[in-house]
Amino acid sequence: MSNNNKDIILVAENISKQYRLGVVGTGTLSHDLNRWWHRVRGKEDPFLKVGEVNDRSTSGSSDYAWALRDINFEVQRGEVLGIIGKNGAGKSTLLKILSRVTSPTTGEIKTKGRIASLLEVGTGFHPELTGRENIYLNGAILGMSKAEIKAKEEEIIEFSGCQRYVDTPVKRYSSGMRVRLAFAVAAHLEPDILVIDEVLAVGDAEFQKKAIGKMQDISKGEGRTVLFVSHNMAAVKSLCTRAIVLENGVSVFEGDTDAAVDFYLHNEKLLIKSKLLELTDRIGSGKVLFSKFEILNIENKILSAAMSGEYIKLRVHFHAHEVVQLKNCRISISVKKDERDYIVLSSELVLNYNLNLTNSEKVDFILEKFPLSKGLYKIELFLESEREIIDWIKNASDLHVENGDFYGIGKSYPKGWEGKTVLVENKIEVS
Amino acid sequence: MSATNSDDWLYTISSKNKLIDINFKEIWRYRDLLLLFVKRDIVTVYKQTILGPLWYVIQPLFTSVIFTLVFNNLGSISTGGVPPFLFNLAGITAWNYFNACLTGTSDTFKQNAGIFGKVYFPRVIMPMSVTISNLLKFFIQLFIFAGFYIYYYSSGAEVAVNSNVLLFPVYVIMMALLGLGAGMILSSMTTKYRDMTVVIGFAVSLLMYMSAVPYPLSEARKKFPTLVADFVEYNPVTQIIEGFRYMLLSTGSFSWSGFFYTLVFSMVLFLVGIVVFNRTEKTFIDTV
Repeated sequence: MSNNNKDIILVAENISKQYRLGVVGTGTLSHDLNRWWHRVRGKEDPFLKVGEVNDRSTSGSSDYAWALRDINFEVQRGEVLGIIGKNGAGKSTLLKILSRVTSPTTGEIKTKGRIASLLEVGTGFHPELTGRENIYLNGAILGMSKAEIKAKEEEIIEFSGCQRYVDTPVKRYSSGMRVRLAFAVAAHLEPDILVIDEVLAVGDAEFQKKAIGKMQDISKGEGRTVLFVSHNMAAVKSLCTRAIVLENGVSVFEGDTDAAVDFYLHNEKLLIKSKLLELTDRIGSGKVLFSKFEILNIENKILSAAMSGEYIKLRVHFHAHEVVQLKNCRISISVKKDERDYIVLSSELVLNYNLNLTNSEKVDFILEKFPLSKGLYKIELFLESEREIIDWIKNASDLHVENGDFYGIGKSYPKGWEGKTVLVENKIEVS
Repeated sequence: MSATNSDDWLYTISSKNKLIDINFKEIWRYRDLLLLFVKRDIVTVYKQTILGPLWYVIQPLFTSVIFTLVFNNLGSISTGGVPPFLFNLAGITAWNYFNACLTGTSDTFKQNAGIFGKVYFPRVIMPMSVTISNLLKFFIQLFIFAGFYIYYYSSGAEVAVNSNVLLFPVYVIMMALLGLGAGMILSSMTTKYRDMTVVIGFAVSLLMYMSAVPYPLSEARKKFPTLVADFVEYNPVTQIIEGFRYMLLSTGSFSWSGFFYTLVFSMVLFLVGIVVFNRTEKTFIDTV
């Protein structure tokens, strides 16, 4: 091997995974028989050839789809590798393969260390058993030996903060306590390679802080190899040293975390492609029409999604067949969700002079710290001149917002707040 | 660390299926988990019940009473001088262990899809733990059998333990292997085809009547059509139950050929079960 001075602990080669779509029911048996008949004759599985790129929104012609296609990567000892991608990009499938829950259709993963996976906290908790008994059971399921658990028992109980209830059956626990206990067990796991899904978003704020702190200890202080799967960009940025971006089951980017997060947000395919001129559901005289809506970052690079807490420009372009001068304009952009306005940006509120526009100009609305939480929002555009409505599109475009580190302390808001919260800068003083 | 040696991988995750791919070292490493599962099964089954482990005993006793009433009183099946109740209790005790292993393991994948879908450990641990925890149940039932045995013996019934009792551990292992083997084969079928769950439900209770549980094998040979009698005789479960009654009650028949036939049969079934189970465990989560 050429990489002499690297200490590779895990290698994934050509990992692909195929799934059968639709209901597993009638036809399953006939496909199975067909498969078996091909195998008996030493031929290739007839259903492996079909299947196209896994794009949820376009319906394919075949019953089979590739959730992952030819994924290759290497992980070095002590590295924290982030795996990012939108829903359905294949993150969870890759996790399942890594944690040996299911096996790949083709390809192989070779590892030099024991892998422990945390796809969920509290796997195998039995409600009738006491907290202490469940620590042992859960620990053993995750791959610890009895002696290892015994050595850490007190530490785990203390970390969970459930000292008073350890000898009570878990069914009497509140859901929060159950999660704390489960996370406490998981946090004391010491495998060579730890595979973590987004289990961070559990428990109350105080416990989350504790959990993230522990995560950082694991990855930084203790030098453990970690594979971290998430679409929480803030967490990825603060924890990972390197990241892979998955898209429709294919690895589209591999590199350092910041570059990967940038790539993920700039992803061409996800760019807003709405052709505003084609929209017919609009009101106004139509002298000038909105022709384009874009999101840009500080370097004027076009983004596919905005990120909480980042510098964002919302840009609109206009169109008319000839040069048109508009005087005394009022232009506004509203960001809406569920028929509710979250942000209304209006020129007359910001400017103390009359805005005059020509259709060759573009207008940028600049938000130095984008205040919305993760979610899918709608954009409404409005333009009037001399109190006459020129163009008004109530549903002009979608706006994706991704998790970001608004408060600059390396964590984002709890999951339940997503899409429901406007973030405001504030200070706290204790006197 | 210097150059990466491409040969020192700890393990490989791939799609390739070796026919028998059991990592005994790994199973050994997870022995604590096996014991914890056994403990969990035993401790939790009768939590929040009033009679608790007594239920282990009540079920075979009642079944024996009913069998005695129906088959021996009503149907007047001869048990060869042995008190019918004791005869039935012996058969049912042995059958129960086989039955518990079979049905307990037959829905391994479906039952544990939640855990199996989230974390890896050698899947064989699950059916193994079922077999072991049922062993305890079996011994409790055997203890009750011993109680009745002593009672009948002291009241002068014609029962006697013979030297075959030395084979007792082998019989227990054969029962476990048969139940586990058949259960593992069925478990991979129930995963994909739910029809099997329904089939197993009644097939097992029918199998009991074809395994000489409520009647001696000699009666079957006398009264059944040849085809059915042959089926009953070559059914390995019959061999076990007949052998079990022979060693404890000295009733019925025993032959070394039958014994070895059963031994080979259960070992083969177990190996087939392991192979099938191994193939299923890799991808069942996609089809469950």
